[in-house]
Amino acid sequence: MLTKRIIACLDVRDGQVVKGVQFQELRHAGDPGELARRYNVEGIDEVVILDITATLEKRQALAKTIAAVAREIFLPLTVGGGIRTEEDADAAVEAGADKVSLNTAALKNPGLITTLARRYGSQAVIVAIDAKRREDKFAVFVRSGTSDAARDAVEWAREAEAHGAGEILLTSMDRDGTRAGFDCEMTAAVSDAVNIPVIASGGAGSFEHFTDVFTRGHADAALAASIFHYAESSVADLKRYLRERGIPTRLVS
Amino acid sequence: MIALVDYGAGNLTSVRKAFSTLGARFFTPTTPGECADVAAIVVPGVGHFGATAALDAPWREAISAAVVRGTPLFGICVGMQWLFEGSDEAPGVPGLGALPGRIARLDGNATERLKVPHVGWNALDFTRPARLLDGLASGAQVYFTHSFAAPVTDACAAATTHANTFASVVERDNVFGVQFHPEKSSDAGLRILRNFLDLVGDRA
Repeated sequence: MLTKRIIACLDVRDGQVVKGVQFQELRHAGDPGELARRYNVEGIDEVVILDITATLEKRQALAKTIAAVAREIFLPLTVGGGIRTEEDADAAVEAGADKVSLNTAALKNPGLITTLARRYGSQAVIVAIDAKRREDKFAVFVRSGTSDAARDAVEWAREAEAHGAGEILLTSMDRDGTRAGFDCEMTAAVSDAVNIPVIASGGAGSFEHFTDVFTRGHADAALAASIFHYAESSVADLKRYLRERGIPTRLVS
Repeated sequence: MIALVDYGAGNLTSVRKAFSTLGARFFTPTTPGECADVAAIVVPGVGHFGATAALDAPWREAISAAVVRGTPLFGICVGMQWLFEGSDEAPGVPGLGALPGRIARLDGNATERLKVPHVGWNALDFTRPARLLDGLASGAQVYFTHSFAAPVTDACAAATTHANTFASVVERDNVFGVQFHPEKSSDAGLRILRNFLDLVGDRA
């Protein structure tokens, strides 16, 4: 049976892992290579590196950080943040990324999704959607959450799939860093609208939140940062917890 | 030396990294003739079966001739699919035909939320002993990402179920293949790659 994936996110700025709350107030959380090594031992299923300030400061994903993480793990590695062109994607792949995550650039130019899917295969192209609740809809924001894209998350996810996206990484801006739980309604709305896997992100604060997002939220994978970074909870404990509640996970001995 | 065939289907960085870490000596042949005198041939690949069209008749003949001589051949993901006769994903593009059967699209199951593409970690259910699976137990989990898959035939050594049951490991004589990505499957995947390198080493 296909297991539910647990993905660790490394938000990287200047080669160090940082973590904010609702996209603000960044604080230091460790060395990317060291964190990746620990997560691999604990049984993480995938690692995502997000160069969080790249869009704003117009920097490219840090090849050195990617290579440092890729050296530590033989797991799928995704890189996002500031990937705007085919050349940016090539550089990330060259440094060791298996998948690239597009956000602002995909909305501005959906053809980039198709170009990269043709070049590397759809499995290598993730479209990241940052969204906030607005009445009974989910509003998409771009440029690291600073700019209203005037798009609905469910519609945009469907369109991204049609352009060749292989997965959707859906982040609730309302929940990001709050540890108040994933936005299960938003995740289910998007997951039910597409055939490609949806990775839920934003709000993980307890093991129960993961149970919720895999059951009520219909998520195929869940991504978290803070809950793992500060070694409060191990990935192995989380996976055992989920398995005891009937949610299939990969355990490492 | 192992010939790592790069026919332009996606990104081989991870495969190279894994083989390097395991101490393999490999090169990327630029002409079919370079497959004539190698310890093994590896055909990786991600993405679309149509990309294997780059492996035209001269490549297929050179690789088939090496297989007849006993050279181990290892296909990974689309590379494994290519070992069969062809794929519904690109009906006009022939496979190597080293194994009988045709690649078909996974059906998925909407009511059970079994999506296609099949992405993530799933179990290998062993169907018989195989050299590639040495040291692993049935139920071992590996990382998949694909929409098309091979039928369960006599060549199947492990099967995986995602709505459909398909061949996830094939092994017949000196022809080997895996549908998943061993280079991204952590310790289980590295063990499979090491098993392949060990059997290549035995032969040399």
